[in-house]
Amino acid sequence: MKTSGSGFWQTATLLLVGVGLVLFALSGYMTPLFGSVLSPLVNIQEWLATRYIAVYEFVTVPRDVATLRARNQQLEQEVTNLQAQIIELQQQLREAQVLYALLDFARSNPQGGQYVAAAVVGKDPNPFLKYIFIDRGSDDGLRRGMPVITNQGLVGQVDAVTATAARVRLITDPSSVVNVRIEPHRSEAQLVGSVTGDLIVEMVSQDAPLQPGDLVLTSGLGGTFPSDLLIGQVISVRKQSNELFQSGAVQPVVDFSTLQAVLVITNFRPVDFSPLIPTTSP
Amino acid sequence: MLVSLLGIPIFTVLLMLQLAIVSRLPLLQGMADLLMLFVIGWALHERVKHAWQWALIGGIMVSLVSATPFFAPLAAYLITTGIGRLLQRQVWQTPILAMLLLTVLGTLIYHGITFVALFFNGTTLPVQESISLVTLPSTLLNLIFALPIFVIVNDLAHWVYPVEVI
Repeated sequence: MKTSGSGFWQTATLLLVGVGLVLFALSGYMTPLFGSVLSPLVNIQEWLATRYIAVYEFVTVPRDVATLRARNQQLEQEVTNLQAQIIELQQQLREAQVLYALLDFARSNPQGGQYVAAAVVGKDPNPFLKYIFIDRGSDDGLRRGMPVITNQGLVGQVDAVTATAARVRLITDPSSVVNVRIEPHRSEAQLVGSVTGDLIVEMVSQDAPLQPGDLVLTSGLGGTFPSDLLIGQVISVRKQSNELFQSGAVQPVVDFSTLQAVLVITNFRPVDFSPLIPTTSP
Repeated sequence: MLVSLLGIPIFTVLLMLQLAIVSRLPLLQGMADLLMLFVIGWALHERVKHAWQWALIGGIMVSLVSATPFFAPLAAYLITTGIGRLLQRQVWQTPILAMLLLTVLGTLIYHGITFVALFFNGTTLPVQESISLVTLPSTLLNLIFALPIFVIVNDLAHWVYPVEVI
């Protein structure tokens, strides 16, 4: 009986303490106590979470870097391919522009010539000579002596032909001589090349009013070139009273160092004067 | 015989490189001559036994393609090969110096023969301009190209003529 009475009071005391704590907590009096108890726990939880995230990133992030690297490599490859395509398209565009220019010239030329377009594939290995090689030959109707031009002006003359290629002597070659007419005063002269690639107009009459700015065109004399093909412009004049003729330097309209494509006039054949040249009989 | 014929594809490739690339890289009016350099390097190599045949092949190829009259390149290449064999056998023990010396000599010989051939063909070139604007720049370019060509020829000679182990 005594034991059961003390048990009751113990239970009642605990109950009262519990109810009191709850009432204190509900009324806010326990907040500082909870704060001082929970704060170290929160710190421990935070430390634990931070370390967990660190370990998680340590395990997972390298995999992401590898993925990103692979992706980066793939994109770089795509960029390289696109750049190569751009370069190729730019090259095609340049070639197309050259060919369009030649086509425009062929269409607009009033002489109604027949043309074969050809690409320049090489230059003569001898530095003293100014010859180029083109990718059209006798299979395309090319013959020796045919004039070669661009949309800008005269380039030269076919010198040798194979089935699929031809060698063209430029008008800048030291052995090249072209009969020309100088406008506007229509003086006849000869245009010769040189080892330096410069063009000189020679055999101009002392009476001719030759001056810088005059245009130089083919005269057609001699039958080696058609007439009225533009060659260039006189840039300086050399005239001395003790010489029979005056001469002048000519700036060609064609840039021979960057020739990419040319037109061969296939319906023009140079006149062969050899049967008319008298031979000495024994 | 087979080694001699091997010169045909090699000089064909060299000629294509010469026409398409090297001839378009002038210094003033001069340009390098890959085929002549190859002929020189080949003639100077101690293991080479077919120097004359290769000079003949290279000379004929250039003579057929170029507008230079009277097979002048062939004559120049053969003369250069002759001097090269002479140097290789009797005088020089340092092939790289012989290569440089023969490059200068070969360029002068080639240009001299071209000058004479063009003269007899009716084209007179101005001497001073030809030397200052063509020959000297060509010599310089040939000297620049001589070293890599020498290395290539050396490797090729070791490949074509391997050391016989007894």
